[in-house]
Amino acid sequence: MKKEIRICGFGGQGVILAGFIIGKAASVFMDYHAVQSQSYGPEARGGAARSEIIISDEKIGYPRPLGVDCLVAMSQESFDTYRDDITDDTIIIVDPDLVKNHNIGRPLYKVHAQQIAEKLGNKIVTNIVMVGAFTGIFSLLKPEAVKESVIDSVPKRFTELNIKAYEQGFEAGKNAIKEL
Amino acid sequence: MKYQRDPKRIRDALGKKVQFLLGDMACVYGGMLAGCSFFAGYPITPASEVAEGAARLFPRIGATYIQMEDEIGSIAALIGAAWGGAKSMTATSGPGFSLMMENYGYAVMTETPCVIVNVQRTGPSTGQPTLGAQGDMMQCRWGTHGDIEALALAPSTVQECLDFTIEAFNLSEKYRNPACVMTDGEVGHLRERIIIPEEQDLEIIDRVPAIIDKKKFIPFMNSQTIKNCKIPDFPTFGTGYHTYVTGLTHNEKGFPATDKQPDHERLVKRITEKITNDASKLVMVEKLNLDDADIAFVTYGATARPAESAMEIGRKNRYKVGVLRLKLVWPFPEKEIVKLAKQVDKIIVPEMNLGQIVHPVREYAGGNCEVISAPKIGGEMHHPAEIYKYLEGK
Repeated sequence: MKKEIRICGFGGQGVILAGFIIGKAASVFMDYHAVQSQSYGPEARGGAARSEIIISDEKIGYPRPLGVDCLVAMSQESFDTYRDDITDDTIIIVDPDLVKNHNIGRPLYKVHAQQIAEKLGNKIVTNIVMVGAFTGIFSLLKPEAVKESVIDSVPKRFTELNIKAYEQGFEAGKNAIKEL
Repeated sequence: MKYQRDPKRIRDALGKKVQFLLGDMACVYGGMLAGCSFFAGYPITPASEVAEGAARLFPRIGATYIQMEDEIGSIAALIGAAWGGAKSMTATSGPGFSLMMENYGYAVMTETPCVIVNVQRTGPSTGQPTLGAQGDMMQCRWGTHGDIEALALAPSTVQECLDFTIEAFNLSEKYRNPACVMTDGEVGHLRERIIIPEEQDLEIIDRVPAIIDKKKFIPFMNSQTIKNCKIPDFPTFGTGYHTYVTGLTHNEKGFPATDKQPDHERLVKRITEKITNDASKLVMVEKLNLDDADIAFVTYGATARPAESAMEIGRKNRYKVGVLRLKLVWPFPEKEIVKLAKQVDKIIVPEMNLGQIVHPVREYAGGNCEVISAPKIGGEMHHPAEIYKYLEGK
């Protein structure tokens, strides 16, 4: 088993943290091998950023993805930039408020991650909502392992907010499956 | 006050035994575990996270972090700290490594242990700051003027960033020579699982201190403590062993002796032979599927990963291909290459440069087999298929 996941958005949204949490869940809180890499422009904020995670039950040689099993997009620019190698089998998850032009003639999962985060009081946790949605939709990792990874990776004073973001994202992901 | 390596304090600062960690940070962990108590550096992409990690963690264990004005100052500070008794390290990338070259030679000439982590990026000059390369492999061997022996390790995984930084300190302390961890922007910016080794599984080597009668002590000759050892005992500043330290050619007492050929030859031969005489011990390679191989990839660092993937594809397509991975690149594992070249028909050397380590490979293959360079530049590592195609002779 080898799965390749790409999370993209604009710089500052936390796509790298999201990838870090998923990779850590797989390799520290579960027994998979995982590698996370990233690419981003020289800007600290803005621009298209992406974080890529490979999860495998075998040792991972080449550490960059060769395909994309799951694409999570959190901005229009990154969705337009980083989807050229998707296939019919790629699972796509978008926030339709951030990726307005998502109609690419195929079904995809829609999760209003930023709206959920805003309702929780801080849109900074949009990435964690997406981590939850990813966990719910792309049934690879144990939800408890990902939750532990979230708790282990965010500042302690924000633990509660992030757990809520994760759990609501997970539910939103499950609902997105029904709505597909 | 002298720094005392405190395993408990170090482990408290490092945190959990199993972590999902950035390659650059793993170098910081390795340094701390090795007993490093002094980091001086100047931030540069893609090595900045090493400095950032050291700035955050070193004060927690009573170690020192200094941000210097530039890389020349950084390595100068390492040398001073080392003479004050510290294990010292810095981290940089291409442009900073170039600036360090003069004092790198000074560290060799003064037999000063210190560790340089070079998270290589593309060059020449400013190049592609955020992207990885392996373009400084010859620079760490030949970049400073004069005759030196280099000690350089090339990690392929995040775990090896940690392990090889410890190893670099051990080699540096043992041989009293600077040692380089030649990682790159690819491995430095990867995150993977690491396991922090248990204290009882660690081998930590410290320089041999000067202990004999101060009047009988001679600072730049064979050890006065260990028989037949070309590495002098270390007279830490402040311990009462008056020692003159200079980059000029010096006599055994350390004083400049710049006008006679035998003085220079004696000094530089001892400095280089302390490493070359141990060449048979200084071999760190990994062999994969070489037993029946008639084609071999000779590889190191980040590139070893797509090379291993290419080997797997090759094996499925009935190519008898194996991998010889150089963990310690300098000193160069000459005998391993001689042996391999007599066994296989073809050696392919993929590197993220236009061909550097392929040259010593070709030299030691000595015409016994074909040696092919498989270069790639531009800030991307080879795709496995790009290495595989060399098996097909394309």
